[in-house]
Amino acid sequence: MNKQELTVIDYGMGNLLSVKRALEHCGASVIVSSDPAQILSVPRLVLPGVGAFGDAMAELARRELSLVIKEAASRGTLIMGICLGMQMLLDESEEFGQTAGLGLIPGKVVPISTLSSDGNRQKVPHIGWNDLVLPAAKSNWDGTLLQGISPGDAFYFVHSFMASPLHQEHRLADCVYGGVKVSAVVAKDNIIGCQFHPEKSGEVGLKILRRFLTL
Amino acid sequence: MRKARLIARLDVKGPNLIKGIHLEGLRVIGSPNEHAVRYYEQGADELIYMDCVASLYGRNNLSDIVKSAAENVFIPITVGGGVRSVEDATHLLRCGADKVAVNTAAVANPALISEISRRFGSQCMVLSVEAKLVGEKKWEAYTDNGRERTGLDVVEWIKKGVSLGAGEVLLTSVDREGTRKGFDVSLMQAVTREVSVPVIASGGMGEASDLIAVVKEGYADAVAMADILHYKRASMRDIRSVALSADIEVRRYE
Repeated sequence: MNKQELTVIDYGMGNLLSVKRALEHCGASVIVSSDPAQILSVPRLVLPGVGAFGDAMAELARRELSLVIKEAASRGTLIMGICLGMQMLLDESEEFGQTAGLGLIPGKVVPISTLSSDGNRQKVPHIGWNDLVLPAAKSNWDGTLLQGISPGDAFYFVHSFMASPLHQEHRLADCVYGGVKVSAVVAKDNIIGCQFHPEKSGEVGLKILRRFLTL
Repeated sequence: MRKARLIARLDVKGPNLIKGIHLEGLRVIGSPNEHAVRYYEQGADELIYMDCVASLYGRNNLSDIVKSAAENVFIPITVGGGVRSVEDATHLLRCGADKVAVNTAAVANPALISEISRRFGSQCMVLSVEAKLVGEKKWEAYTDNGRERTGLDVVEWIKKGVSLGAGEVLLTSVDREGTRKGFDVSLMQAVTREVSVPVIASGGMGEASDLIAVVKEGYADAVAMADILHYKRASMRDIRSVALSADIEVRRYE
């Protein structure tokens, strides 16, 4: 079988090694790069990210990668954002004032409430394993990135902000934190975002990465 | 309720997985990564690697072990022992660690907690505390694997560490460590009632049911296990099903 070619976008932030190792374990041929030509030459991109939204967007802009990613998106390249990389797919974030995102999925990034739905204080960041649930607008995950995943399968989350897509149909999966639904996977055409870390979520996480390589 | 995390703790000396009693009298168990992979396959939620002689020699020796673990273990990895600077932390994170645990260097220089937390986020900065009972509900923080006194009260030190930016606490009871007598639940209670960040209970797990009290009464967010797994007294699966039957929410894993 031919190995799937994939580029992990390197903009100076995030634990790239873990993402690379996990994708290689799933059979991908991975190049970590910030070179526009490399990024535009592959059928699949992964945009990782750990840290603050504004810093990450500034690092992308400094390397002139925002436009390159948008260009790849318009060419139909499959793009998966992970954690902060998922949040960057949206229009803007409220983290430290308003910062513009890549605008590939309509919506914004907002803080997770420090109060749960019953009014109790809850711990933020949301760290640990949480179950995926079907959003109101979805009845199953057939034919999507999450094919083969069951509601109730748990994934590893670490985040203080969350994506809030404008359109319900772009919510592919949620999780529930403090009684509130948090967007866990967003998808619009060739653009996909995972709030959790599939590379740190054990076998079910690898299942998602393998599926991404076959889309 | 958040899911309680079941963490396999691997204490390492040189190339070997080891285990002591009260963090001393170390015995060689075997290859760290063979054990790590087994715990991963059994459904461990996280791994903690501790270089137990790093502080003695002033350097962490785990880079290669962590690098090779990151090839076939796909869950969060915390690495501690001899992390003395932001550069040490950076290096371990580049090797595939997701979080670093700091004890000795944080006691010597508490600002290191803030520096690591600011650079990588508080979720990355685990404050490791070795606690010894010194009086009625009073514990003193120790460093260098329970060898060196600090004069610091455990609860006060942890409160300070959290205010400086520690995002999680690894709390090891030196008194219980390696003894199989169960966790020090009152130590956990004393700490969890004072801080809002997750606290990992470590030291003393003799049988699977020991986790029930430390989670339900001690409010531990996570349980670190070593001896019980290394000597195969219980598997991750057994431990998970004991937790579930006690109504403790844990990650489902078939």
